[in-house]
Amino acid sequence: MLSIKNLQVGLEEEDKQILKGVDLEIGAGEVHAIMGPNGSGKSTMSYVLSGKSGYVVTDGSATLNGEDLLDMEPEERAAAGLFLAFQYPVEIPGVGNMTFLRTAVNAQRKARGEDELTAGEFLKEVRAKAKSLKIDADMLKRPVNVGFSGGEKKRNEILQMAMLSPKMCILDETDSGLDVDAMKLVAEGVNALRSEGRSFLVITHYQRLLDHIKPDVVHIMANGRIIKSGGPELALEVENNGYADLLAEVA
Amino acid sequence: MANVQEKYDVAEALIGASTPSGGAIWAVAARETALANLRQMGAPHRRDEYWKYTNPTSLTAVDPLAADLFHTTEVRPFEMLDRIKLVFVDGIFDAAQSDDLSVDGVEIELLSDAMAKDIHWASSLYGVLEARGQSPVARPLAALNTVQAVQGFAIRVTGKAAKAISMVYLRGSETGDAMVHHVIKLEQGADLTLTENGPLAARANTVMEVEVADNAAFHHVRSQGRDHQRRAATHIFTQLGQESSFKSFTLTVNGRLTRNEAVIEFLGDNAHATVAGACAGDGDFLHDDTIFITHDAVNCESRQVFKKVLRNGATGIFQGKILVKAGAQKTDGYQLSKALLLDDDSNFMAKPELEIYADDVACSHGSTCGEIDDDAMFYLTSRGIPFKIAQDMLTLAFLHEALEEIENPVIAEDMGARLSDWMERRTG
Ligand SMILES: Nc1ncnc2c1ncn2[C@@H]1O[C@H](COP(=O)(O)OP(=O)(O)OP(=O)(O)O)[C@@H](O)[C@H]1O
Ligand SMILES: [Mg+2]
Repeated sequence: MLSIKNLQVGLEEEDKQILKGVDLEIGAGEVHAIMGPNGSGKSTMSYVLSGKSGYVVTDGSATLNGEDLLDMEPEERAAAGLFLAFQYPVEIPGVGNMTFLRTAVNAQRKARGEDELTAGEFLKEVRAKAKSLKIDADMLKRPVNVGFSGGEKKRNEILQMAMLSPKMCILDETDSGLDVDAMKLVAEGVNALRSEGRSFLVITHYQRLLDHIKPDVVHIMANGRIIKSGGPELALEVENNGYADLLAEVA
Repeated sequence: MANVQEKYDVAEALIGASTPSGGAIWAVAARETALANLRQMGAPHRRDEYWKYTNPTSLTAVDPLAADLFHTTEVRPFEMLDRIKLVFVDGIFDAAQSDDLSVDGVEIELLSDAMAKDIHWASSLYGVLEARGQSPVARPLAALNTVQAVQGFAIRVTGKAAKAISMVYLRGSETGDAMVHHVIKLEQGADLTLTENGPLAARANTVMEVEVADNAAFHHVRSQGRDHQRRAATHIFTQLGQESSFKSFTLTVNGRLTRNEAVIEFLGDNAHATVAGACAGDGDFLHDDTIFITHDAVNCESRQVFKKVLRNGATGIFQGKILVKAGAQKTDGYQLSKALLLDDDSNFMAKPELEIYADDVACSHGSTCGEIDDDAMFYLTSRGIPFKIAQDMLTLAFLHEALEEIENPVIAEDMGARLSDWMERRTG
C-alpha cells in the first residue's frame, strides 16, 4: 500500500535536515504504529506524505499503490486515497463544517470519476457517522473546528476520515487530548474502518490507544529515522522503559 | 499655486450651465448654498488629504465617460423581497417599468415634485445634511449633486413600511453621467428597508440624505452593479435620533472606480449605526470606502466592517474616522477594515482615525492586509478539495464577517452567493 524508501527531508526556509532516511513498508489491510520522542520527525513525515509546503525532499521516494506521492498536489494525494488526521486540526472561521465536508467528499468522488452525492444522500451519511462518534448536529453546523474542544477536533478528524473512505489513513496523535471514553469511540471508529483494502499508520505516544487499535507492526522513530521495528510488544516496552534503552542500542 | 487654481477651474467647469433653476424657495436656497460651498471648496484634487489614495480626475472630467454595458440573465438582487420597485434608466426615473408609488406607512414622491412645493418636509433635509457633512472634510461631489440633481425620491416613513423599497438603476447607453439624490425621513418609530441595485450610469454621482428619528430603524442594502468600466461616487448623510438604528451594507464587484462615502451623526442617545461592505475586485479596480462617524450623544454604538478581496493589481482604500465629541460618554466605536490580497500586485491602503474628546468610551480599530492562510489552505486541499475551490472557500470565509452585518439572512445569503459566483468565474 504505502512504500517509503530512504526518505530524506529538510526545511525550505532553513538548512535543517529532519528526516534522515526513512524506510517503511505498509501492506494492504495492515495497521502500523509509530512511536518516538518529541521532535523525532513523525509529524514531518506525515506532512511530507500529504504534501504540505515548506519541506524539501532531498532524497528517497514515497509511493501509494505504486503511484509517486511526492509528485502530486495535496488534493491529488487525497483523491489517490491518502488521509491525514492532523495532530493539530486547523480552525477555519467562516467555512461551515458541513459545506467543507460535502465539498471534500464530492471533490474526491469527482476526481475518481464517481457521481457526486446529492444533498440528501450526503446528509444521511454524515448524520449517521456523526452519531456514532457522538458529534452533535450543532458541531456540524459550526465553522470548521472553530470553538471545538481538543477532543472534539480529534473526533471531527475521524468523522472526515469516515466520510472520505481513504485507503491509507495516517493518524497523527489522534489520541492526545481525548478522554478515556472518547478514545474508545475513536478507536471503535477506526476499527470499524479496518478492512483488507485499507491500511493505517497510527502515530502515538501511548500504548493505551494500541490496546484498542491493535497494530500489526510498531516502529520507533528517533532523530529522523526508524530505529527499530517489531510487534505490539515494542509499544509495551516503550510504555514501561521509555526510549533511553532503545536509543542506546542504536548509538 | 497652480494646482489650487485648478481645483476652482475644475469646479466651475463641472458647474457649467446645467444648473437647474426654479422650484420652491427652499429648493433654490439649498442649491445656492451648495453652489457657494462648492465654489469655496473647489473640486476634489489629488493633493486633498482625503483624495490622496484615489485619484479623482476621472470623476471630475467634464466630458462624459463610456463604460461597456454589462449583460446578464441572472436574477437581480433583492427580487426575493416583498417590495416595490423604482426603476431608473440612465439615471432617469422610468415610471413604466416601476411599481406604483404606494406603500402603507410610506409617502413616496418624485424629488422634482417635492422641490416644487413651497411647504414640504424635504426642505429640512435636502442639501441640509449634505451641507452639514462638508465639515470638517469637504465632499465637493456631494455639493455638486445637490446643485444639479433633479432625479431621485423624497420618501417619508411614518410607521413600519409594509414593503421594502427597491431602487433599480439600469443603463441603456454606454456613455453618460447620472445623478440621483434621495431624501428620506423616518419619523419616530418608523421602519424601512431600502435597497439599491445597479450601476446607474457609466459615471454615477449619488447622494442620499436620511434622517432617522427617535426609535426608528433604517435598513439599507445595495449592490453596485457589475459593469466593468463604470465609475461611481456615492454619498450617504445621516442623522440619528434616540434609540434609532441605521444599517447600511454595500456589495461591490467590478467597476473601475468606486468611492463610497458615509457621514453619520449621532444626535440622540442609545442609538446604533452600522456601515459595512464587501468588495471584490480583479485588475483595473479601485474601491474606496470613506467614512466619518460623529458621536455627539451618550451610549451610542457604531460599527464599521469592511472586507475587500483584491486580485490582479486591484486597489482597495479605507478611510474611516470616528469622532467622539466631549460629553459623548459610553460611546462604543468599532472599526474593522481588512483586505485579502490574492497576489502581490494588489494594494490596500487604510487610514483609520480616532478623535476622542470624552473619557468614558470604548473605541477600537483594526486594519489588516493579508494573504490566504497556508495552514487553512493545506487543511482543505489535504481533504481533496482542489486548490481553486479551496481558495474560493477561504476567500468567501474572509468576506463572511462583513456579510454577517446584513440583518436579513436571506439577503446575506444572496450576497454571499453572488460573491461566490464572482470568484468561481475567475480562473486565471
Ligand atoms: N517548519 C518547521 N520549522 C522549523 N522546524 C521545524 C519545522 N517543522 C519541523 N521542525 C522541526 O523538526 C523536528 C521534527 O518535528 P516533528 O513535528 O516532525 O516532530 P514529532 O516527531 O511529530 O514530535 P511530537 O511528538 O512532539 O509531535 C522538530 O525539531 C521540529 O522543531
Ligand atoms: Mg508530531
